[in-house]
Amino acid sequence: MRIIRALTVLATLLAGVAVAHAQVSDGVIKIGVLNDQSSLYADLTGQGSVLAARMAVEDFGADKKGMKVEIIFADHQNKPDVGSQVARQWYDADKVDVIVDVPNSGVALAVNQITRDKGKAFLVSGAASSDLTGKACSPNTIHWTYDTWALANGTGNAIVKTGGDTWFFLTADYAFGHALERDVEAVVLKNGGKVLGKVRHPLNNQDFSSFLLQAQASKAKIIGLANAGGDTTNSIKQGAEFGIVRGGQNFAGLLVFITDVHALGLPTAQGLIFTETFYWDMNDRTRAFGKKFAERNRGIHPTMIHAGVYSSVLHYLKAVEALKSDDGTKIIAKMKEMPTDDPLFGKGTIRPDGRKIHPAYLFEVKKPSESKGAWDYYKTRTTIPAEQAFRPVDQGDCPLVKK
Amino acid sequence: MTVFGVPTQALFGQLLIGLINGAFYAMLSLGLSVIFGLLNIINFAHGALYMMGAFVAYFALQWAGLGYWASLVIAPLVVGLVGLVLERTMLKRLYHLDHLYGLLLTFGVALVIQGVFRNEFGSSGLPYVIPAQLQGGYNLGFMFLPVYRAWVIVFSLLICLTTWYVIERTRLGSYLRAATENPALVQAFGINVPRMITLTYGFGVALAALAGVLAAPIYQVNPLMGADLIIVVFAVVVIGGMGSIMGSIVTGFALGVVEGFTKVFYPEASNTVIFVIMAVVLLIRPAGLFGRTA
Repeated sequence: MRIIRALTVLATLLAGVAVAHAQVSDGVIKIGVLNDQSSLYADLTGQGSVLAARMAVEDFGADKKGMKVEIIFADHQNKPDVGSQVARQWYDADKVDVIVDVPNSGVALAVNQITRDKGKAFLVSGAASSDLTGKACSPNTIHWTYDTWALANGTGNAIVKTGGDTWFFLTADYAFGHALERDVEAVVLKNGGKVLGKVRHPLNNQDFSSFLLQAQASKAKIIGLANAGGDTTNSIKQGAEFGIVRGGQNFAGLLVFITDVHALGLPTAQGLIFTETFYWDMNDRTRAFGKKFAERNRGIHPTMIHAGVYSSVLHYLKAVEALKSDDGTKIIAKMKEMPTDDPLFGKGTIRPDGRKIHPAYLFEVKKPSESKGAWDYYKTRTTIPAEQAFRPVDQGDCPLVKK
Repeated sequence: MTVFGVPTQALFGQLLIGLINGAFYAMLSLGLSVIFGLLNIINFAHGALYMMGAFVAYFALQWAGLGYWASLVIAPLVVGLVGLVLERTMLKRLYHLDHLYGLLLTFGVALVIQGVFRNEFGSSGLPYVIPAQLQGGYNLGFMFLPVYRAWVIVFSLLICLTTWYVIERTRLGSYLRAATENPALVQAFGINVPRMITLTYGFGVALAALAGVLAAPIYQVNPLMGADLIIVVFAVVVIGGMGSIMGSIVTGFALGVVEGFTKVFYPEASNTVIFVIMAVVLLIRPAGLFGRTA
C-alpha cells in the first residue's frame, strides 16, 4: 500500500515536472490519421496519408528538435457513427491532439463538430464539402487541400465555356455528392447552362448501367460525375461500354484522383479534364516528394489528398514549435496567422474561415501516346491563381467571418 | 406511353440491364446453393473466390499473355483447385458440426484472402479490357446494348441451365442428390462419397471464379468486388430457398430486374431493396420461395 502511495506521489510530481517543462500536453504531440483504410477511398487516402504524415514529421526534423511526435491511424469505414466514435475515443482517452485527413464529407462534418466541442484541432485534407468553411466552419478546423466549390469553379466553368451547357448529374447520395452537385449546378446556371436531370446513387455502387441509361436518355451534353474513387472509375468504365462518348455525350469527372486514372488506364481515361491542387510532376520539389513517397507506398504516387496531409502536418508542427503549445484552438489560430510554405503547395495563407489558399490546376489526362509510362498522366491546361481558386470569403456564410 | 412518368422504352432498357445484373446473382447463388445442398456449408468465401477468378484472368493476361477466352477455362480450374485444397484441409473437418462453424471458417478465409489482395493490389482496382470480339454494341432502338453484356446474359443462362440439368436430370446428379440424403447408404453402393463432395465444392467454387472472369471487363478487377456482392447474393439465396437449384437461378434473375427498376423509380433505395424483399419473404415463407421446409 505504501509503495503504491509513493508511486502515485512520484507520478504526480513527474507529471507536474513535465507540464512545467513544455506546454505540450503529456509531452507528446499525437496525430491521428482518420480515413478509409479498406474500401473505395483507401488508395487515394488510406495508408498513403499515414505515410505522408510520417514524412512531414521526418522532414520537419521533430527528433532533432526534441519534439516527440506520435502518429496513429484508424479506419472510419465511411460511416459517420464509426468516425465519431473513434474521434471521441482519441480525444478523450488516447490524448490525440490533432486529427488529420478524414475523407468522406459525412464523417468530416461529424468530426468537425466533435473537435470544436473538445477544443482540439482538425486538419481536413480528404473531405470535399465546402460547408466545412461555410455554414459549418469552426475555429478548430482548417480545410486544406481542395473543396467542392473549387472543383465546380475549375471544372464546371471550363466545360460550360467550351460549349458543355446541358448537364445530367450522377451524384453519390451523401453529404459530399450533394455539396458537389449543388456547387457545380450553381456554376452551370450562372454561365447560362441548364441542368436536365440528376440521379442519386448509393455510395460504393457497383453497377452504373441503370443510371447511365437514364443519363443517356436525358440527351444532356455533359454527364457530371458528382462522386469519387471507385464510383467514378466504374461510371466512366461502364460509360465507355455503353457508348456514351461515341454517342456524343461527355463525362465531366468532377473529382478525379491520379489513382483513379491509374485504375482506369489511359485508353479509357484519356481526354478527361478535372481540377486538382497538386500533381507530383509539376516541379523539382514535387517530383522529389513523389519519388520518395512512391518508393514507400507500393509504387502508388501521391494524390492531392496525400500531399495535403503532408503539407498540413508540416504547418501544424511549425505552429506548435512557434507557440510551444498544442492547445487545439490556439494552434489553429496560430496556423491561420502564420503564412504557409512547403515544397508541395508553395507559399500560401489560411483565411479566417479556415480555408487554406493555394492555386488550383485544370488538368487533362494524356493520350496513351503522350505518356512516358505509369503515373505520367496529366498535362496542365490552366492554372487557376490562388485568389480565384476558392470561394470568396464573404460568400460562404461562415459565422467566423466578420462582415 | 409512360408508366409512372417513365417512358416504356426506358423501362425495356432497365429490364434488360436488370437481367444482366441478375445473371451474376444467378451464377453466384447457384454455386452457393449447390455447395449448401450437398455439403451443408454456408460458403462465405464465395465472394472472395469470385474476386480471385477475376484476378486470375488479370494475371493470365499480364504475366502469360493469355486473353479472355483462355481465362474462361483457366480461372475456374485454378480457383477450383484452391477450393479443393480448402475443402480437403479445412471444411471436411466441419461437416458434423453446426452450420455456424462452416460459416465462421469461410467468413474468416474470405477476410484473409481479401486482406492479402487488398494489401498487394490496393483498393482502386486494375483495368481489364473487353475482348476485341465482344466490343461495340447493338442499337436496339430503346437502348444501346453493349455486345459484352448480351454475351454475359447468354453465357450465364447456358451455364446455369446446364448445371441444373446435370444435377436434376442425370445419373451423376442423382448420385449427388442421394449422397446428401443418406451418405452412408450411397457409400455402401460403392460410390466414393467424400471424393464426390470435394469435387462438388470445387465445382461450386469454379462457378464463382467463372462469374469473376465474366465480371472483370465490366467492373474493375478489384480486391473488394466480392465483398460488395456476396451479401446481396446471400440475400438472393435466402429468398430463393437454401439449396434449391432452380430457385436460386430464377430468384437471381428476378431480383436483378427488381433492383434495376428500383434504380429508376427510387434510386436511393437500390442497395436496400433486396434486403427488404428478403425480410418480407422470411416473414411469409421462412424456407424461401422455392425451398422445402425441413
